[in-house]
Amino acid sequence: MAQMNMLQAINDALAIAMKSDDKMLVFGEDVGHFGGVFRATSGLKEQFGSDRCFNTPLTEQGIAGFANGLAANGHTPVAEIQFADYIFPAFDQIVNESAKFRYRSGNEFNVGGLTFRSPYGGGIAGGHYHSQSPEAYFTQTPGLKVVIPRNPEQAKGLLLASIRDKNPVIFFEPKRLYRASVGEVPEGDYQHELGKADVVQKGTDITVLAWGAQMEIVENAAERAAKDGISCEIIDLRCLSPWDVETVAASVKKTGRLLINHEAPLTGGFAGEIAATIQQECFLHLESPISRVCGLDTPYPLIHEKEYMPDALKTYEAIKATMDY
Amino acid sequence: MSNATLNNEIVHSVNFLDKESLTIPMLKVMKADGTVYQDAVLPNIDETLAKRIYDTCVFTRVLDERMLGAQRQGRISFYMTCTGEEAAVIGSAAALDDKDVILAQYREHAALRYRGFTTEQFMNQMFSNEKDLGKGRQMPIHYGSADLCYHTVSSPLGTQIPQATGVGYSLKMNGQKNVAVCYFGEGAASEGDFHAGMNMAATLKSPTIFFCRNNGYAISTPAEEQFKGNGIASRGVGYGMHTIRVDGNDMLAVFAATQAARDFALENNAPVLIEAMSYRLGAHSSSDDPSGYRTKEEEDAWRDQDPVLRFKNWMLHKGWLTEAQDAEMYKQYREEVLAQVKVSEKIDVPALDEIIEDVYDTPTPALKKQLDELKTHIRKYPESYPKSSGRI
Ligand SMILES: Cc1ncc(C[n+]2csc(CCOP(=O)(O)OP(=O)(O)O)c2C)c(N)n1
Repeated sequence: MAQMNMLQAINDALAIAMKSDDKMLVFGEDVGHFGGVFRATSGLKEQFGSDRCFNTPLTEQGIAGFANGLAANGHTPVAEIQFADYIFPAFDQIVNESAKFRYRSGNEFNVGGLTFRSPYGGGIAGGHYHSQSPEAYFTQTPGLKVVIPRNPEQAKGLLLASIRDKNPVIFFEPKRLYRASVGEVPEGDYQHELGKADVVQKGTDITVLAWGAQMEIVENAAERAAKDGISCEIIDLRCLSPWDVETVAASVKKTGRLLINHEAPLTGGFAGEIAATIQQECFLHLESPISRVCGLDTPYPLIHEKEYMPDALKTYEAIKATMDY
Repeated sequence: MSNATLNNEIVHSVNFLDKESLTIPMLKVMKADGTVYQDAVLPNIDETLAKRIYDTCVFTRVLDERMLGAQRQGRISFYMTCTGEEAAVIGSAAALDDKDVILAQYREHAALRYRGFTTEQFMNQMFSNEKDLGKGRQMPIHYGSADLCYHTVSSPLGTQIPQATGVGYSLKMNGQKNVAVCYFGEGAASEGDFHAGMNMAATLKSPTIFFCRNNGYAISTPAEEQFKGNGIASRGVGYGMHTIRVDGNDMLAVFAATQAARDFALENNAPVLIEAMSYRLGAHSSSDDPSGYRTKEEEDAWRDQDPVLRFKNWMLHKGWLTEAQDAEMYKQYREEVLAQVKVSEKIDVPALDEIIEDVYDTPTPALKKQLDELKTHIRKYPESYPKSSGRI
């Protein structure tokens, strides 16, 4: 075990994957010599050469299309999109091409080796364009996997699994935790299975579900609730597409209540999908309506960021309201 | 021009064209010491105009230096400077009409200043207070002003390029004798939006000036990893556009080129591309440290080409400026900027109600409900939301 922050864990995962797969390439804006604006790719160019780790021109659409081509021809590209807010110029290549390569060709071609990494989320005083959580746009696209880790240990295991998965994966990294989240990380090669949620804390009264950077928010809220005698079962979904209905439904059948927290706006957010599914799976077990604590239906504001955030206090209040329903 | 007229010459052996096939001259009027080349055609700049240009240079230098300092002190969260590119930005802005519509990237605040954006307006934006025209929603430096025909800056790179094509076309449709002016970096010129916007401008005949600040770097990525052709100018030619390359550190050359570009665009309802060769003397932004990707020597070599100093020398030669006046201008702007920082940082943040405004023309029922719930929550925990709690 070693102490690592999330960036170091991601860097470690990339290096391990590149060592074990000489078809793997890492590229994107500023990822070569500079090691990425957040330094997630530091040292990879020196270690693996500039043919395998390099800067691209400033074009997300180009990066994604290039990655599709590489993957379709048998390589393992890991493309960085500098901020998730800037993944939209690549949207067409991702949702129309990466996602549909296998299906449209009857599996004559596929881009199974492809991974997109991108820092997402707010809490960094970034305003509109350095703060978005665009996961729901991608969860509506069949053919893509969407993965979001909550801490360094998870980031390494999930990223290694994403790179080796035989499907295109979008791996969103919670940038406000990049340096803030530090923990023990196994030094060797390991993977966390994609599509499996992680029960982070057992509880009996309410299931509290989140992913990525919001995990520490819901953990904080659950601690407050515990002081009021409320026992929360906390689940990290980890993978949004496909998502682990079984684990979540089993938990809700036990607790009778569900709260979902995400940072993206409420309307059309992934919490809506989860709520609908769980309502169907667990209808007779529910003791209160499923609660959602999410971002407002506005673009991500700068000066009112604190008010906008689905923070621990709002989550705590919603836990209590759900208990008292 | 139809396809039939494209082949100027027929040959019978394979002979590829390469980037050397296209030589692109660079317009220079002034030397580094501020004297002009003997055969240079001087643009018509009188003393009043020259002073307004130089005043904008000094203000921009002071603003950049002070606000970078304010960022280091934690007073604002983020900053980006125009340092090294003042001639490119101000020289072009000065050649425009006040009603020409500017669509900037993010490093062109000097153009906004040239149009009259006040020190107070700059500071209110950077401090996200209730007087910010953008209502505190965007990061520092994302200025915009409808009064000054300057579109509010958006962070996603390149998006303003096809928009400028549309603005130019709209000006033409309105019969207005104005052009759209679009600034972007050589990095942003790699985006798909650049190619889409340029091609549309050329084919649809949009009176738009595309102004590329080729400053050598896109964050850490040097120009040689950004493109392989003959700069950005070769692309203008490729899209069938009138194109010129200028020394971006030469105020007079930039001014002359932009003035001619504007005349051409209006007369012909056609776009023009200007590539200004310059250097980003500072860091990319306050979050960046350029020592990780370039050398001090390289920076110093460009410091010798300082565009503000060069123009100052020209002003001195002309007798339109003295060293004492120059020192006094710097002193006054330093005081003015500092005084305004102190005022603007104390002004309240925008009211919480504004958080749901401008999402649509009027807030939807869902937004109103979300705001009500938010206010109820904040009233319950006023100490946890100090910026808003006293004002709802
Ligand atoms: C679509 C998009 N991708 C990435 C970014 C992140 N980013 C901000 S500035 C920048 C470099 C821009 O370089 P250039 O256009 O040359 O302008 P300069 O900063 O040199 O003035 C990058 C990559 C962004 N803002 N938008």
